[in-house]
Amino acid sequence: MMAQDVMYQAFSAIKTQPVRVFLIILAMSIGITSVTVLTALGESARMYIVSEFEALGTHLIIVLPGRTETTGGQPPLFGATPRDLTLADAEALYRSHHIAAIAPLTIGMAPVSIRGLEREATIIGSTSALRQVRHLNLAKGRFLPETDADKALSVCVIGQTIKEALFAQQQALGKWLRINDRRFRVIGVLASEGQSIGVDFDDMVIVPVASAQALFNRQSLFRILVEAKTKQGMYKAVDEIRGIIKLRHEGEDDVTLITQDSVVKTFDDILIAVTLTVASIASISLAVSGILVMNVMWVSVTQRTAEIGLLKALGATRQQILWLFLTEAAMLSVAGAITGLILGKATLYALQASYPDFPVYLPVWAIFAALAVSLFTALIFGVLPAKQAASMNPVTALNKK
Amino acid sequence: MIELENINRTFQVGEQRIHALNNINLSIKKGEYVSIMGPSGSGKSTLLNVIALLDPPSSGKYTLNNRLVTQLNDDQLAQVRRENIGFVFQFFHLIARYSAAENIEIPMILAGIPAKQRKQRVEDALTAVNLQSRASHRPDQLSGGQVQRVAIARAMIMRPQILLADEPTGNLDSQAGGEIIELLENLNQQQVTLLMITHDEALGRRAQRRIRLIDGQVIQS
Repeated sequence: MMAQDVMYQAFSAIKTQPVRVFLIILAMSIGITSVTVLTALGESARMYIVSEFEALGTHLIIVLPGRTETTGGQPPLFGATPRDLTLADAEALYRSHHIAAIAPLTIGMAPVSIRGLEREATIIGSTSALRQVRHLNLAKGRFLPETDADKALSVCVIGQTIKEALFAQQQALGKWLRINDRRFRVIGVLASEGQSIGVDFDDMVIVPVASAQALFNRQSLFRILVEAKTKQGMYKAVDEIRGIIKLRHEGEDDVTLITQDSVVKTFDDILIAVTLTVASIASISLAVSGILVMNVMWVSVTQRTAEIGLLKALGATRQQILWLFLTEAAMLSVAGAITGLILGKATLYALQASYPDFPVYLPVWAIFAALAVSLFTALIFGVLPAKQAASMNPVTALNKK
Repeated sequence: MIELENINRTFQVGEQRIHALNNINLSIKKGEYVSIMGPSGSGKSTLLNVIALLDPPSSGKYTLNNRLVTQLNDDQLAQVRRENIGFVFQFFHLIARYSAAENIEIPMILAGIPAKQRKQRVEDALTAVNLQSRASHRPDQLSGGQVQRVAIARAMIMRPQILLADEPTGNLDSQAGGEIIELLENLNQQQVTLLMITHDEALGRRAQRRIRLIDGQVIQS
């Protein structure tokens, strides 16, 4: 019996049951659609987040005050430290040869006002190095000047949201605005960044770090952002930073260092796990449609008992009958899978059209996996009915009406 | 060519054990025309099924063309059946969704004969049963007699030496029945061994050899 004959026979049998075929294809395609769409969403989220992080620079080191590990003793669990990170600590880090830029950060909330207009905004105190470390772009003017970090200059750089809220269509450069009770002159406006992970630079005012410390009356730093010269140098820089801070903090290793790539890796791992989980939940619907395939095949075998008997009387072997029914099941499933892939693609296109910022991406392996899984389900669930057909007694089968 | 030795076939129906074939000894030569008669339940169909290799005997030896076929497995039996035996049924057993030509083609598909060759042979077979113009008709578009002629064409498509017919005219009117018998007897004249079950005494008498079965035993042969 030749392959194309088996296909033709199976196809002609399928054709006689259009409603049943439609339902089974529908069930199978819903399964495949949900698997592909959810996999694509998970995968896209992963790529989106990873690329966002990588846009920040892959050799970024974040220095946090305090040590995020338990010491095995009494609370507080997060090893709080009596020693803050200071500007002097940040300056000292320049002793390491592997460091390209250091941006100390102080962060606080304060009202920003101009001529009766007032807005609560995040105030970031930093140095000119922040621009390099966070890859900030300016729409107008210039960034913080390169002076000593402890100089409290009365200048500021504002984000787009602030600019629109306080100045609307007017020129902002050179104007004075008030933060708390201090006056700052606007020297630059940031280009709109869109939402960057964690921080919205559009809704911020950046001032020199010393000015921010004066504003909030606080000597400690929120954190220090360090950019290593090279990716290889990053790990050496980490060790050196630890050493320098330890020396300055009376031998106490009381800072936490986070490298950019470890953050990326963590997110990557989490999102792969999420994608796989979501995909496996969606594949439950594939199992359900597999059971439906089995059901349809049982009915098909039962209804065609006499035909199976006849085929056997005409000299069909067990193998031939088995393949005839397995092919039928496989054809149903593959038809469902292809419909599902088309539906899935259409859904993804629709999603892409409504959220153009979010890159929707269906990995190629997901397409093959979907096809393989549906074929596999069909064969697994089709085997029992097909075996029953193959092992029928021809005499009793023939006499069945 | 057909040798049955001490063939028994028993069925278990509930508590009861039915002896459908009781120690049958039978020898049929090539080209013979044999009618099998007997009351309902006498084992006629069981005998035909055993000869057709559809039903394995419970005990005894069956030799077909000098080959002991009682020991073959299912797939070997399927092959022997395909190559040596044609079967015509009382209820025709055509597949409803296939055309006449496609129904005739089935045994050749199972035997793996290439499509081109199949087409030619189906045409010849349709001509032989005088149904050239009905090739693409489905069974429900044909009369009873035509359907049975398609079934005979299908039974003969692999050119078997043995043709088994289980009441081939049982569901036909007398005119159509007559045509079918004529067709079968024609085949017999071409040296095809013909075994036919019938209720009809007149039909049975046309055969050169008559076998009468009662309660699973051969009474007259």
